[in-house]
Amino acid sequence: MFEWYYLSGILILCGINLMVVLGLSLLTGFTGLFSFGHAGFMAIGAYTSGALATMLDVPFIPAVVCGGLAAMLVSFLIGALTLNLKGDYFCIATLGFGEAMRLILNNVQFLGGARGMTGIPMKSDLTVVAIFVVIAVVFMWFLIKSRHGRNMIAIREEELASQAIGINIFKYKMMSLAISALYAGLGGALWAFYLGYINPAIFPLLKSTELTIMVIIGGLGSITGSIVGTFFLTFLPEIFRSFVEWRMVVYGAAVIAVMVLRPQGLLGGIEFSPTGIIRWVKNLPENMAAKKARKLQSKAQAGQGGE
Amino acid sequence: MTNPVLTLNNVTKRFGGLTAVGDVSFEIKEGEIFGLIGPNGAGKTTIFNLITGVYTITEGEIHFHGNGKPQLVAEADPYGTGFWNDLKRRFIFKPNKPFQIAEMGITRTFQNIRLFKKLSVYENVLTACHRSASYGLFVSFFPWKVPFTDIVLPPFKGVAAQEKALNEKTEELLKMMGLWEYKDMTAANLPYGLQRKLEIARALALDPKLLLLDEPAAGMNPEETLALVDLIKEIREKFHLTVLIIEHHMDLVMNLCDRIYVLNFGRYLAQGIPEEIQSNKDVIEAYLGKEEE
Repeated sequence: MFEWYYLSGILILCGINLMVVLGLSLLTGFTGLFSFGHAGFMAIGAYTSGALATMLDVPFIPAVVCGGLAAMLVSFLIGALTLNLKGDYFCIATLGFGEAMRLILNNVQFLGGARGMTGIPMKSDLTVVAIFVVIAVVFMWFLIKSRHGRNMIAIREEELASQAIGINIFKYKMMSLAISALYAGLGGALWAFYLGYINPAIFPLLKSTELTIMVIIGGLGSITGSIVGTFFLTFLPEIFRSFVEWRMVVYGAAVIAVMVLRPQGLLGGIEFSPTGIIRWVKNLPENMAAKKARKLQSKAQAGQGGE
Repeated sequence: MTNPVLTLNNVTKRFGGLTAVGDVSFEIKEGEIFGLIGPNGAGKTTIFNLITGVYTITEGEIHFHGNGKPQLVAEADPYGTGFWNDLKRRFIFKPNKPFQIAEMGITRTFQNIRLFKKLSVYENVLTACHRSASYGLFVSFFPWKVPFTDIVLPPFKGVAAQEKALNEKTEELLKMMGLWEYKDMTAANLPYGLQRKLEIARALALDPKLLLLDEPAAGMNPEETLALVDLIKEIREKFHLTVLIIEHHMDLVMNLCDRIYVLNFGRYLAQGIPEEIQSNKDVIEAYLGKEEE
């Protein structure tokens, strides 16, 4: 269907989006804080790593890691100011942050201003991105299964009750935001090294909303859901590329269709884990038998009703 | 049985012009079950919220003695109105937050049940056990859960062992509360009475010294209420607990409590052992109204 060069390009894009979406999934899906400013964290990661590579000749991997750490540092500042806000107010504050970041970068001539930054070595290939993504998924998986991950989920479910069982909600929200900013920064940095040229216009509000849509379509509170959502929504516009101007209509229609048919997202609250799949296969005969029995029962009832 | 666990000194809480709790003082002694009763809107739940730091108190102070030495649980905010006082309140005044009070050893249940609704019964209690483990954030990123990784990476051995201890503790608590057979059920789908029990189990997961129960028998039938009396007595023995309980079921209160404090319109009405309260004229008047001459 696609040539390999084209396909690998989409896969890299998927991987980069997935990095950011994983982080956002922790913040939105597991801690319950909606963010519309993650493109801002991506921009910080991209510009930091880009500047380090072009101006100081820092090698590829250290530059990417520094990009992630820079986004994390900024998130501590943003978090200290905004995490006491509740629900929608936090969401609006992050929206402001994302836009502010883009406008600041637009006007800082040192980083190229609106013209952007050129000459970043194009070193993000499929292997590197895949390695980053696999490590990111594994780390996120085990974080969620640990006591810290459980505490974050508790905050999503019921803030007052989680305080009453001794969870410092400010600290855990901060952790969640910082980790998600780290992921977004790494994703942004990898993107910069893939494109070779970055400018503020590639980090608009639209990018942030797109990332949030991926998390929601995939299903809140599910890492595998985020993976499925990212692949689905990154491939969808590419598959319909031949329709040119109609492809974004298809994209929008698909998003609406998923929300109507499955409001909890494609894999809302469901997680595919190796142990879960083994358990499912083991229980399969029993479940089939139970299903058959239920069918027979309902048939019998229908028969009685008929008489 | 003589050492105090919690003392309230002249505690007052005003919301604007309304005095929700006025000049309330009492002392709860170690090991006792202390009842807090009063007609609707008397300020009972407000007192719980003051003790657990959900609200700040307007006057007075609350001390907790459960950890050997007296600790200040809640203090009055010393600043008045005005811009500078608001600034000082914002940056200098640091009352204990609810989670710090929970760490001291005071845990509570809620009148309008606040479970982690979408999680299973097991996860609800497992989450609450978090204080029994001490591993940090950094190690939890690594694959401690995969078997045999602890051989390659010794630092993660502690994590897996701690997680195992948490799971064992959860199992023990659920079995004791009679919730083990429901462990995989989503908390929101549990019957009402069991949801209340699960809240108690979750509060016990922190090994508290003082347990605050806000209407634990609401929504239970008489048999379940009787079973609850036994259960509360049992957990008090087992965990060496002191219990402060708000309740409307008078038979439960009279059967269970060692001492009772009666509130009316946020103020002291009576205090004493159940027999005294039952025969107290003011209490009967507050509940049933005045007898016409």
